[in-house]
Parts: sequence; C-alpha cells; structure tokens
Amino acid sequence: MKSSKIGYLIKEGFKSIGTHGFMSFASVTIIIACLVIMGSFTLIAVNIDSMLDSLEAENQVVAYVEETFSEEEARALQPEIEYISNVRLCRFVPREEAMEEFASQFENQALFQDVDASVLRDRYIIYLNDISLMEQTQEELYNIIGVANVDAHLGVAEGFVAVRNVVSAVSLILVVVLVVVSVFIMANTVKLATLSRREEIAIMKMVGASNWFIRFPFIVEGLVLGLLGAIIAFLLEWSVYDVVTNRIIAGVIGRLVSVIPFSQLSPIVLPVYLGVGLAVGVFGSTIAIRNYLQV
Amino acid sequence: MVLFDNVSMTYPGGDMRAIDEMSFAIDDGEFVFLVGPSGSGKTSIIKLITGEVRADSGELNVNGFDLRRIRRGKLPALRRTIGVIFQDFRLIEDMTVYDNVAFAMHVVGASNREIRRRVPYVLDLVGLSGREKRFPREVSGGEQQRVAVARAIVNSPQLLIADEPTGNLDPARSLELMLLMDRINDNEMGTTVLVVTHEKELVNSFSKRVVAIEDGRVISDGMDGYYSYEIQ
Ligand SMILES: Nc1ncnc2c1ncn2[C@@H]1O[C@H](COP(=O)(O)OP(=O)(O)OP(=O)(O)O)[C@@H](O)[C@H]1O
Ligand SMILES: [Mg+2]
Repeated sequence: MKSSKIGYLIKEGFKSIGTHGFMSFASVTIIIACLVIMGSFTLIAVNIDSMLDSLEAENQVVAYVEETFSEEEARALQPEIEYISNVRLCRFVPREEAMEEFASQFENQALFQDVDASVLRDRYIIYLNDISLMEQTQEELYNIIGVANVDAHLGVAEGFVAVRNVVSAVSLILVVVLVVVSVFIMANTVKLATLSRREEIAIMKMVGASNWFIRFPFIVEGLVLGLLGAIIAFLLEWSVYDVVTNRIIAGVIGRLVSVIPFSQLSPIVLPVYLGVGLAVGVFGSTIAIRNYLQV
Repeated sequence: MVLFDNVSMTYPGGDMRAIDEMSFAIDDGEFVFLVGPSGSGKTSIIKLITGEVRADSGELNVNGFDLRRIRRGKLPALRRTIGVIFQDFRLIEDMTVYDNVAFAMHVVGASNREIRRRVPYVLDLVGLSGREKRFPREVSGGEQQRVAVARAIVNSPQLLIADEPTGNLDPARSLELMLLMDRINDNEMGTTVLVVTHEKELVNSFSKRVVAIEDGRVISDGMDGYYSYEIQ
C-alpha cells in the first residue's frame, strides 16, 4: 500500500471516531467499566492471596527434642530438620531460652518464677514452605531420631487451604462471568455502531473498495478506542485502589493485614489493560463488520 | 463490453426468476437505454453486472471478467471498471460532497495530487462548483444526483451505468443530465453508457439503441426508440 493511502485510511479512522461520537463514547465507557470491574476483583483476590501468604508464613510447627539429649546433641539435629524439603526456616531454642519466654508470659505469677529450666525440652521452631503439606512434614519430623514430639496446628492449616480455595474459585468464577458479560455487551455495542454504517460499507464495496480498504479505518478506530479505554481504566483503577487501600491501612483491619502497594502491581496491570483494551477494540470492530463485507 | 447469454437469476428466497434466460450484448462505446415496467428486472441486471448478485445459469461477461467464475477477491477490480449511478444515489451521509467523490479515487489508490486536481474538475463538469463543503442533506435532490454522477465518472470507468438517474429531476434537468451522459459517451475514451429510464420523451429525443424488458426477458432491442416496446 502506498503511504498516501495509509495516511488517508488512518485519517478516516480518526474522523470516524468524531463522526460517531456517541458510539465511540459508549464503546470506551464499556471497555473502561469491564477493565475496572475485572481488575478490581483480580486485585482483591491477589491481595487476599498475599495476606494468606503472610499469615501462613507466621504459622509455625514446634518440634521437641528428647529430654535425654544434651544441648550439643540437640543442636546437631538442625541439618537433619533443614533437609526436609518443606522446611523453609528452623530455629533452635534451648530450654533456658524457652523458660525465659515462658516466665515472661507469666511475670506476675510467682509460681512459675523459680521453676528449673530442666522441666522444659529443647525445641525447634519450624516454618514451612507450604502449610497444606503440614501433616506430611509432621510425619517426617517424627521420623528423625531425637524428636520426641511435634506440635502442629493441622486444623489451622486446613482452614487456610479451604479459604484459599474458596477465594480462588470465587474470583475465577467472577472473572469468567464478567468476561462473558463484557464480550457480549461489547459485541452488541459494536454491532449497533456498525449497523448505521452498513450502507456506507455497501457503497464503498460498490465503488470497488477492497475489504482491507474498508476494514483499515475500523481497525484504527478500534485500536484508538481500545487504547483510550485502557489508559483511562488504568488511571481510574489506580485512584480507586489508592483510596480504598489508604482507608484500610488507616482503619482497624490495617493493623492485622498488609496491602500490596499499587506501584508494585502496575507493571502487570498496565500491560494487561493495554493488551485487553487493544484486543477488544480491534477484534470487536473486525468481527462486527465481517458480515457486511460479504457483498 | 457486457454480454448476457441465456442468463437466469432468482433472488434467494424469491419464488420467481427475476431474470429469465436473458441474452443481449453491449459493445464498447455504445450508448443504450434500458426500459421496462416497474419490477421487470432492470435493477437486477445492474446488480448482475456489478457482481452484487450471482447468475444461476448462462454466461455473463463484463469488461473481460467472467462473472460466472469470478472469485470474490476479484470483484473490486471488476467494480473499478464500472461507474454506477444508483436509483437512490447512495451517497455517504457523513462525507461532504467533495469527499463523496474523492473517496472513490482513494479506493483505486490515486495520489493526493491527482485527487486534488481531478475532483474539482469533475464537480465543475456536473455543475457543482461551490457545493464542495456541503453534506448530502444540505443540497437539493438534483444536486445529490449530480454528486452521484461525479462519483461514478471520476475514475473514468469503461462502463457507466445509471439506474433511473432522472427520477428526481425536472424535464430540463433530465435533458441536461442525458446530454452530459452523451458527452461522456462521446469522449475520446468512448465510455460505454447504459441508462435505465421510464421517460419516453427523453428516450425518444435521442436516437439511441433501446433494450426493452418485461418479466425478466428482453422483448425488443433496436434503434427505433421506446415505441416499439409499447406496441408489444
Ligand atoms: N432483494 C430482492 N429479493 C427478492 N426479490 C427481489 C429483490 N430485489 C428485487 N426483487 C424482485 O425481482 C424483480 C425485479 O426487480 P428489479 O428491482 O430488478 O425491478 P426494476 O425493473 O428495477 O423495477 P423498478 O423500475 O421499480 O426499479 C421484482 O419482481 C422484485 O420484486
Ligand atoms: Mg429498479
């Protein structure tokens, strides 16, 4: 194609955005609404996931060493425990330290103040990679000679796994439903937009225009509208996210959970928004005029 | 050149043949009137020529294209050899008079310089100078018709077809338009012209070949004007 022709077709695409102002406005609005709604749900899910991650990381397993083991012998177990693949971190706590901790918890009660540390056992505080495998890891710890007892909150682990499954399932269903709904709305909007141009397309064909000549301005139009929608949706999502997370951080829940700052999410959110916006814009306009090109 | 040889065509969903075993030929450089009552198949002939509808049987050739075997991708090439003035003008509503003519040149890949030179010339030829910046709804019916004429001739087609071009014009304007068509036919390129019309007076004031049709069939074809069709 000659460059003068491409220039003309690009200009026609831009002109058409202005000429069909209402439809352009409607398409951009729908792209924005879909992106913001889907984006918000995804970001909520991502945040819940990361909160679960940090809560899970706090969840610890305690392995008690046989009383008969000296501190030396007890310390020697560390590499064996670390060898278990699901163990992320393990910290040895000698009985004296455990006693101090214990005593500090009951500072005011004289009863515990002078208890001898020898009543307690040396222990390991263990953090796991994946708490859904807690039971298995517990078995493996029991298999280590010298480990007398393992304290693991299996119920808590199961709870986390259940919550995580529900969150992923719900957000997946929501995103799928929203995608279907928005594609449907988008297709109808574009159909409406092109219905008024059916005659125009037929005339162009009668004058001898190739399908590409007709399609090109529509694609330019879809591209521009898609990009515009994506950028506006991104800025909107950004401000909404900032407002909501600031509220959360300032509020009561803020002390319990942490939220991911938007700056950390935007390198993913922006390209995804641009990609979806472009795809919806270009495919929407290409599909919508396809039927009219068969003349 | 247009060649219909035993061509039949039924519209999808139609119960009768709109074109029924029709045969006639138009040579390069000819000027032909196509007459016939409403519903006889005049517009259908034009749609067959431009490839908008396909024949069911027979042989159909236009400007060297075999329309019974043409691939869809070749239709633009065929259509660029034909200029059509439609019964209902078919102008693009949100383009100015100038752009309605210019876009037809963009379609065939003309350069901006050619377009800037040619469009004003053609608009002047059909008497539309000074109307360039108006939109179709802002000019009269007769002027819209002339925009359609300008668009049809701007690419100097081999074959110019007009479907009832005088329907909305007063007799003086109709005659003027016919004289313009005659001039286009007479030019050095010898554009072939096919005019569909109802107007007896008009047809009779030119001594041209007249093809008369009825119910999708040719009932008379000759140089002796509209009357022979009426006798039938
Ligand atoms: N799209 C269509 N689908 C089905 N039948 C059609 C279609 N277009 C035209 N016809 C029928 O085909 C026949 C020929 O129609 P055509 O439009 O060619 O007539 P015409 O000679 O141009 O008439 P007019 O002078 O009123 O314009 C008519 O019987 C008409 O009803
Ligand atoms: Mg007709």
